[in-house]
Amino acid sequence: MKKIVLMGNPNVGKSVVFSRLTGATVITSNYPGTTVDFSRGRMCLGKDRHEIVDAPGTYSLDPSNRAEEVALEMFQEADLVIVVVDATNLERNLFLALQILEADRPVVVALNMWDEAQHSGILIDVERLERELQVPVIPTVALSGEGIRELVRRLDEALTPRRPGRLTDDARWVRIGEIVRNVQQVTHRHRTLSDTLSEASIRPLTGFPIAVLVMIGALWLVTGIGELLIALVFDPLFELYTPVAMALSSWLGPGILHEVLIGTLIDGRIDYVQSMGLLTTGLYVPFAMVLPYIITFYAVLAVFEDSGYLPRLATLFDTIFHRFGLHGFGVIPIFLGLGCNVPGVLAARSLETGKQRFIATTLLAISVPCMAKNAMVFGILGPYGPRYILMVFGALAVVFVAAGLVLNRLLPGDSPEICLEIPPYRRPDPMTVLKKVWMRVGGFVREAIPFLFLGILVVNLLHALGVLGMLGLLFAPVVQAWLGLPGETTAALVIGFLRKDLAVGMLLPLGLTPEQLVIATTLLTVYFPCVGTFAVMFKELGARGLVKATAFMACTAVLVGGLMRIALLGL
Amino acid sequence: METLLPALTTGTEAVILRLAGGSSFRKKIGEMGLREGVRVRLVAKHLLGGPIVIEVSGREITLGRGMAAQIVVTVPAT
Ligand SMILES: Nc1nc2c(ncn2[C@@H]2O[C@H](COP(=O)(O)OP(=O)(O)OP(=O)(O)O)[C@@H](O)[C@H]2O)c(=O)[nH]1
Ligand SMILES: [Mg+2]
Repeated sequence: MKKIVLMGNPNVGKSVVFSRLTGATVITSNYPGTTVDFSRGRMCLGKDRHEIVDAPGTYSLDPSNRAEEVALEMFQEADLVIVVVDATNLERNLFLALQILEADRPVVVALNMWDEAQHSGILIDVERLERELQVPVIPTVALSGEGIRELVRRLDEALTPRRPGRLTDDARWVRIGEIVRNVQQVTHRHRTLSDTLSEASIRPLTGFPIAVLVMIGALWLVTGIGELLIALVFDPLFELYTPVAMALSSWLGPGILHEVLIGTLIDGRIDYVQSMGLLTTGLYVPFAMVLPYIITFYAVLAVFEDSGYLPRLATLFDTIFHRFGLHGFGVIPIFLGLGCNVPGVLAARSLETGKQRFIATTLLAISVPCMAKNAMVFGILGPYGPRYILMVFGALAVVFVAAGLVLNRLLPGDSPEICLEIPPYRRPDPMTVLKKVWMRVGGFVREAIPFLFLGILVVNLLHALGVLGMLGLLFAPVVQAWLGLPGETTAALVIGFLRKDLAVGMLLPLGLTPEQLVIATTLLTVYFPCVGTFAVMFKELGARGLVKATAFMACTAVLVGGLMRIALLGL
Repeated sequence: METLLPALTTGTEAVILRLAGGSSFRKKIGEMGLREGVRVRLVAKHLLGGPIVIEVSGREITLGRGMAAQIVVTVPAT
């Protein structure tokens, strides 16, 4: 069994090639830095099975961030390398390709984006290129699968070229110049609509208004379609389910099993939000309150990712993000974090320094609410009017800015400037979008639901054992005096560590005023991330980093809670 | 006319004369295709010392102002 590694510059289509070769779905999108870790898959070649590895993109074999380090590690373990090259940008892509060819490994080159090269009038003499590089070169269109079979067929022709020895960078560029002159012809290219759009969305004067419109549009789509899904699909489904649950309730009769499965009946009926049973609230919260928004959010996110708009947004936000010790690329972890903080934290790997990664991760954990939580905030504060929802997000925005400014001052270390390639706009491929939404929604269902059940079980157990009551009493002075919330809120804050959405739900039976709900839900974001995020933070920042981040979060939570109390409830 | 990249006006084309700055900086942007003799076009310049967007062989790249200020260019007489 051979280990075959896919190497190439960022955003050239390595992950799409990987999916084609292995049949496994991995996240692909139209910006550099999508893949920050490796994925493994298998492929059969005749009787042999081979391991295929998708590596993060890199411009050279000298890494300049964590993701590129991973790419180098993968390269060093490779028995065979498929170098994926962007045919529309041959010259620059050949730099890494030549470096790899100098490193004494069998290589095959996939000349990807062949369709785009043809459309933009770039002619490449493939046979000539093979002779120049002395390895097989196969034109591919990974998106449609064209050329992939040929690529597989020619894998065993992979060659280690006669070694020219390691060139210096300058000598390599001279060699690349020769190759490109010999193999490539570029006919004149007309400006297209996409070029005009691209410039309009990246220039300050037109870019900012466009960004505002795009954001409002996105928010409108996510909430609008989410509400529609609930009203038309999920609520009717639960109405069908209610008689079943009621029948079960009366069959079980009162007792511990009823408590756990159905929960408390409110006015003799099941209240899906407040009953707190596994088969009532445990099903309703994830499926009818959160899932619809998760679906619409991920659909919109996929369009953002695949169109290529995110790097433009990163450019527009660069100036502001510099004040927080980040640069524009920080937009990407934040955006992903709005879905779920875990991939957000991982995406911070593409930032260059430890200081930037720490700031991005901490800001995510304290001020970027994930979709599961957002959905609950909408669900619970919605009835009181948009004013209160805005208060929560306004407060979080203020926390984001303030924490960014403070962390930038406080932390030693560098914050280098942005240096980001902007991909061309591409039309999102519907199948890719669908698959991506399916994969992420599936991930949510698999990971969130067991935790929700666990959370509800823990709530029921602690409640039955009287622990929640005790905690409430114990913390009541602090929670009451400092935050102006009833002591019972402590229980929700504890459960928030397991699942934020469930914790928000637990606030409902307490009969809080809308102002108190605003304070409690804001705090639920600020004070701690959930376990899943905690675990990746540990992995990415190490124990010391995590302790530092946690201390910062605790201080912020105390401060924010107190300030909001004064602002909303008075002294 | 020799000048620094950020001094160009939006839309101007220029040729890179040399890269100032440390070797790691030169290496990093060199890998992205910015070297001596390469033609660039200034696409956008952001306010308040913000980044600069240039086009190099049909691709746009966003660069911090400080980095861009290390790039010495010349505007060819037309
Ligand atoms: N037109 C066209 N688009 C492609 C082709 N291959 C990939 N793409 C698109 O190019 C973008 C980048 O693809 P990815 O597979 O995510 O690229 P990658 O090399 O894995 O990128 P990183 O993980 O960021 O290094 C996606 O939007 C793909 O849909 C192709 O052959 N033709
Ligand atoms: Mg990838």
